[in-house]
Amino acid sequence: MDEIFQHVINALVLGSTYALLGIGLTIIFGIMRVVNFAHGELYTLGAYVAYGMVALLNLDFFSSIIVAAVIGLLVGGLIEFVLLRRKDLKNIDEVMLIMIGIMIIMQNLELMAWGGVAKIIPTPFSQDPISFAGLYISPTRLFVFITAVILLIIFYLAIERTRFGLAIRATFQDQDAARIVGVNVKSIYTLTFALGSAMAAVAGALLAPMFVATPLMGDLASLKAFAIVILGGLGNLGGAALGGFLLAFLEEFGASYISSAYRDAFGFVVIILVMLFRPQGLFAAKERVG
Amino acid sequence: MKKTTSYLASLLLGTLVASPVWAADPIKIGVSQPLTGAVAASGNYVTNGAIIAAAELNENGGLLGRQVELIIEDNKSNPREAVNAAEKLILSDKVPVIMGAWSSTYTLATMPKLEEYGVPMVVETSSSSKITKAGNPWIFRIAPTSEMEAQAFAKKLDNFDPPIKKVDFLSVNNDWGLGASQEFEKMFTERGIEIGRKETVAPSTVDLSAQLSALKNTGSDTLIMTSGVEQLTLGIRQAADQQLTQRIVTTGGSFPEPLLASPAPKGYTSTHLLFFSPWTPESAVYPDVATKFVDAWNEAGYSFPGLSEGFRGYDGIMTIAAAIKGAGSTDSDAIRKALWDVKLNGVNGDIAFFKDGPEGKESGQNEPNVYVVQLADGEVSAQ
Repeated sequence: MDEIFQHVINALVLGSTYALLGIGLTIIFGIMRVVNFAHGELYTLGAYVAYGMVALLNLDFFSSIIVAAVIGLLVGGLIEFVLLRRKDLKNIDEVMLIMIGIMIIMQNLELMAWGGVAKIIPTPFSQDPISFAGLYISPTRLFVFITAVILLIIFYLAIERTRFGLAIRATFQDQDAARIVGVNVKSIYTLTFALGSAMAAVAGALLAPMFVATPLMGDLASLKAFAIVILGGLGNLGGAALGGFLLAFLEEFGASYISSAYRDAFGFVVIILVMLFRPQGLFAAKERVG
Repeated sequence: MKKTTSYLASLLLGTLVASPVWAADPIKIGVSQPLTGAVAASGNYVTNGAIIAAAELNENGGLLGRQVELIIEDNKSNPREAVNAAEKLILSDKVPVIMGAWSSTYTLATMPKLEEYGVPMVVETSSSSKITKAGNPWIFRIAPTSEMEAQAFAKKLDNFDPPIKKVDFLSVNNDWGLGASQEFEKMFTERGIEIGRKETVAPSTVDLSAQLSALKNTGSDTLIMTSGVEQLTLGIRQAADQQLTQRIVTTGGSFPEPLLASPAPKGYTSTHLLFFSPWTPESAVYPDVATKFVDAWNEAGYSFPGLSEGFRGYDGIMTIAAAIKGAGSTDSDAIRKALWDVKLNGVNGDIAFFKDGPEGKESGQNEPNVYVVQLADGEVSAQ
């Protein structure tokens, strides 16, 4: 029984960071209809910013996460402002090529800057795990879980309870109507892209101390983020959060009770099933296409 | 970038120390290593060792009156890229001999190309028994097979107190990891040691918590872990997070170097099977060779624990150099024939090849030494 609870704890921690990753990707798609292939690289950027701040500039660990968020925000905003603003976003091929180009450029810049060897990000937390009722969790993981959940709540409140959130939701539902009532859709685009990028960077800064930072860490993260948003429904914010947790539970329990060799495959098997039987995603309503 | 830096460094070192004016073109030696990707740390260490060997050769007059030039290719921790790297080295750079390719999976992927173009490769790390049993006469392995490693470990079983009675496995899901768990399982079973649960992990996975939770209540006293530097580091840290009670023994010769600076919780001990222990070079078969290599490594400013893998690159290039000297030419087939006669005092010990694999198409296999060290609280001690 202890083993099941331990798996639940592991899945909750992993799920919280998956949710952050997924929300960042889905908000950009939901508002702008841009598939952000560079999402994983913004996640990597966050990890390396945290590493640079803590290990090289001796900044404290907590501030490094804030710096990672700010840099993620700025880089995301810059990408949108410089490369996407003047483009017709309905031209999917062109936008997709731009995003893939950014991904390749960012990945290679990270490789040039940091080298291929993994970096460990030191944290102020004790290495001794916290134990209760025969279950264990490291203080770093507990911190990551709590921070991720707080961020998810803040994000939810920002979208649901603020004028900015209202503008985002309005743009999400109908861009022309939003424009008519005075929403600056172009600015919403930049802000959305910046916010989605900041979420990815924070996820990277939070996850890297739990694991390691490597220039290629974004590849798997990108794949997982796409899995999460497909599970939850493209553009569905709540769905992305739930999709994150669902993927983590599938991986954790699939690896333990079926086979660890196929850990990364379980999520994708479910995605294939979702695509076959509920292509709009598990948590999204049907949408008319065309 | 790394590739270019290493390449330039080897050239620069060679140029600085070369006294005569070299009229002839340098002798090119190809190196295929994972400089980026999942096992980048190991690949970079091996490459650093190769660069030290090339610099030493050039310092002593080069080979056949010519400078040695390493052409270093990044196989990106990916078997497909390993094939591309080998083809580029052979067809574009026209190297007569290669050292590579770290992982068994990358080496196995490269092997058909060696046969196709008739270029020998000295295998410095890969341990899957398939490599020398496949009937590829262009393969010469200085690294031990998983079977050799398991047999060497069998001789050290008495050193464990309390004794090993039941073992679990956590292995990277590729030719190396699966081959190692198979050979160790065979060795343990022959000695009446019970086998518990076997878990695998994909090479790029960073979260091993699901596997470790599943290994928690198996009743085993030992966990055999096989993977590269990155995953060993993560595995030991995450096992400590979950308070796994099994003693962890890592195989394959990689050392979780980051745990020296960021150790697992106090008192948490792990045991590592290495093929060179830089902490105790005096215990090597040829202490003078080992000490000289350690000194050159430190002088170059490389990370000290990286020596436990860096020596492979050094021994690999020195083996190739001995074969080129023996062949008296840079013809690939002549080098292949000369590799059979190599007798070298390496950092690991004696290097010489015996025949392995199907008759008439044998590969060369060396019988290296195995060392056991323990890591606790960021300190290493010999077992």
